[in-house]
Amino acid sequence: MNRMPVIVIGVFLTFLSSWLGLVAYPYFNLARYTPVVDENTGDINPPPLSGLAERGQQVYASAGCIYCHSQQVRQIGYGSDLARGWGSRPTVARDYMRESPVFLGTMRTGPDLTNIGARQPSAMWHHQHLYQPAVVSPGSIMPSYRYLYETRKIEGQRSAEAIDLLPPDNTPEGYEIVPTYEAEALVAYLVSLNRNYPLPEAPEPPQ
Amino acid sequence: MSAILAHPATVTPEMEKTRRALIDESTRLPVILFYGSAVFWLLIGSLLALLASFKLNEPTLLNQWGWLTFGRVRPAHLNAVVYGWASAAGIGTSLWLMARLCRTPLRHSKLLIGAAIFWNIGVLLGILGILSGDGRSIEWLEFPNYASFMLFVAFGLIAVWAILMFRFREPGHIYVSQWYLLAAFLWFPWLYSTANILLNFQPIQGGGQGAVNWWYGHNTLGLWFTPIGLATAYYLIPKVLGRPIHSYYLSILGFWSLALFYSWNGMHHLIGGPFPAWLISASVVASVMMFIPVITTAINHHMTVRGNFQALKWSPTLRFTVFGAMCYTLASLQGISMAIPSLNVVTHFTHYTVGHAHLGLYAFFTMIMFGAMYYILPRVVGWEWPSARLIRWHFWLVAIGIGMMVVVLTLGGLLQGLALLDPDITFMASLDYTKPWLFLRSISGLLLTAGHIVFAVSFTLLLLKAGATRSEPTLFATDQDRQPEPLNA
Repeated sequence: MNRMPVIVIGVFLTFLSSWLGLVAYPYFNLARYTPVVDENTGDINPPPLSGLAERGQQVYASAGCIYCHSQQVRQIGYGSDLARGWGSRPTVARDYMRESPVFLGTMRTGPDLTNIGARQPSAMWHHQHLYQPAVVSPGSIMPSYRYLYETRKIEGQRSAEAIDLLPPDNTPEGYEIVPTYEAEALVAYLVSLNRNYPLPEAPEPPQ
Repeated sequence: MSAILAHPATVTPEMEKTRRALIDESTRLPVILFYGSAVFWLLIGSLLALLASFKLNEPTLLNQWGWLTFGRVRPAHLNAVVYGWASAAGIGTSLWLMARLCRTPLRHSKLLIGAAIFWNIGVLLGILGILSGDGRSIEWLEFPNYASFMLFVAFGLIAVWAILMFRFREPGHIYVSQWYLLAAFLWFPWLYSTANILLNFQPIQGGGQGAVNWWYGHNTLGLWFTPIGLATAYYLIPKVLGRPIHSYYLSILGFWSLALFYSWNGMHHLIGGPFPAWLISASVVASVMMFIPVITTAINHHMTVRGNFQALKWSPTLRFTVFGAMCYTLASLQGISMAIPSLNVVTHFTHYTVGHAHLGLYAFFTMIMFGAMYYILPRVVGWEWPSARLIRWHFWLVAIGIGMMVVVLTLGGLLQGLALLDPDITFMASLDYTKPWLFLRSISGLLLTAGHIVFAVSFTLLLLKAGATRSEPTLFATDQDRQPEPLNA
C-alpha cells in the first residue's frame, strides 16, 4: 500500500459507515421524539420536569451520580432489572427525551435509579440518605453529600427545611442541618424519577 | 517489509545514521513537551485514581468537600490519564515516528509547540472543571466546553502539521505504522468534534445521546489509542530485533479489518438498553468480527519475535512493548467475549468492565508507550537512561500492579455480576461481594503509583543528563549474549 489516496479514502469510508449507522441514524430516529398524551388520563408522557428538578438534573451530573447508578430498565431476558422491582416495564428511547445529558450509566455499585421516585417518594428520606447514607442504608459505600448541606445555628425556632437526622446525630447542640438550593434541586429531581407511566411502544410485560 | 531499513545504494550506512540523528534532533522540543506533560498527568491521574479507590474502601474519607467527592475524582482520574497521559504520550510518540518514517526532519515545530500548550491548558481546565462541579457526566467526554474546545484547537494544529509532514515525506514505501498513524490522525478529530457537538455544544435528545456517547467512547480506544499503540509496536519490535515484520499481507488484512469492524463496536456498551435491536446486534456482530484484526496482528507480531524471545531479557523497550502487544490480544479477546449477550449480561454494570478498561488502556497502550519512551527519549535528548535498576523497578512494579488489578477486578466483577443476576440475592449482598476485591484493587493501585514515581524520577534524571556518560544504551542484562543497540539505530 504505497498510494496515499487509497489509504485516505479507505480510512474515510470505513469510518463514514459507522458515523452513518451509529450517529446519523440515532440523530434522526432516536432524538426526535414528542411526548404522548394518554387518552384515558390526559397525562403527558414522559411528564415535563419542574424547573427545580431540571436544575437537579445538573446537580446529578455535577456530583457524578452516574459512576455508581444506572437509569435504565433492560429488556426482558437481560438481567433481573424487572424482578428486582426497578420498574414495571423496560425503558425505551422516548423515556429519555427530556434528559440531557442522559444518565443511562454503565455501573451498578448502587441500585438503578430509573424509578427511584416511585420507590422512595419522600423528600425527607432522600435528604437523610444523601446526608448519612450508611445510617439510612447499612452496608452502603455511597459517600455523604454533606457539601450540599449547611450546618446552621438555630435562631429561635428550628427551620422548616431542616432535616431530621437519624442517630448517630453528630450535629453540635443548638445547630441544624439545612439543605442548600442544590440539595433541594437534586432531591426534586430524584423524587421526579418515575417512568412507570404507559407508552404505546412500551407495554408492561405480563406478570 | 524491510523497507524501514532499506535505503538507496548511494547512501552509506554512516550517512544514514547521521540523517537519523538529525531527524531525531529535529523532534526534540515537541517530543519532550508532550512526553514531559504526559508524565506529569500520569502522576496526577494516579493520585486521583488512588483517592477514588480508597473512597470505595472508606466512603467517609475526605467527604466534606464537594470537589473531592467520588463522583468527581473518578472522572477526573479518567480524563487525566486518557487526555493528559495517554493521548499526549501517543502524540509525542507519533510525532517522532512520523518524522522517522517520512524520512524528513520535523518541520513547522511551532505548530506542535502551540498544540502542546493548548492541549495542556485544556487538560488542566478540564480537570479543575470536573472537580469544581462543571463535569458533564458523559463518560469519556466529561470535560466542560471551555476545556474540550482547547483540546480541539490543539488537535487541529497537530492535524495540519501531520498533513504537511506527509506532503514533504521522502517518496517511496509507506510503512504499516504510517497507515495506522494517518488513520488515527484523521479519525480522532472527526470523532471528537462530532461527539462534542452532539452531546455538549448542541445536545440532541437523550434517547440518541447514549448511542453517540458509546460510538465515541469505544472508538477513542479503538480508532485513536489502538492505531497509535499498534503503529508503535509495528515500528519498535522489528527495529529492536533488527528483523522485518513477518508478513506484509497480514499487516494489510489487520489494518483494513480493524478500520471496518472497530468503528461499529460501540453499541455493545448498551446491550439490553433502550435502543433498536438491530443497532445493538450490528455492534455485537462487528465486535465478534474483531477476531480477524486481533488474531492477524497477534500472529504477525508473534512470528516476528519468534526465536528472539531472549531479547526480552536485555531490552527495556522490547520488554514493555511485547508485554503491551500481548495484552492487546488478551484485552481484545476479552472484549469480544464481553460483547456476546449471554456473557455481557453477567459482566455489564460491574467492576469486570473496569478491569477490562485497564487491560486495554494500561496493560496494552500504556505499556507500549513506556516502551516507546525508553527507545525514543535517549535518541531525542542525546543521553542514555541513567539507571537500569530504576527501569527494572519500574517494569516489575507496573507489571505486577496491572496484573493484580485486572485479576481482582475480574473476579470481584464476576461475583458482583452473578449476584446481580439473581433476584433472590439482595442488592446489598452484590455490593458486599465486591468489597474485599476493591480493597485489593487499592493495593494494586499503590504498586502502579510507585512504579510511576520511579519512572518519573528516571525520566527527570534523563532530562537533567544525570549519571555517567554512556556510549551504549542502558540495558537490563549483564549476560554475554546481549546485542548492541546503537544509539542511531
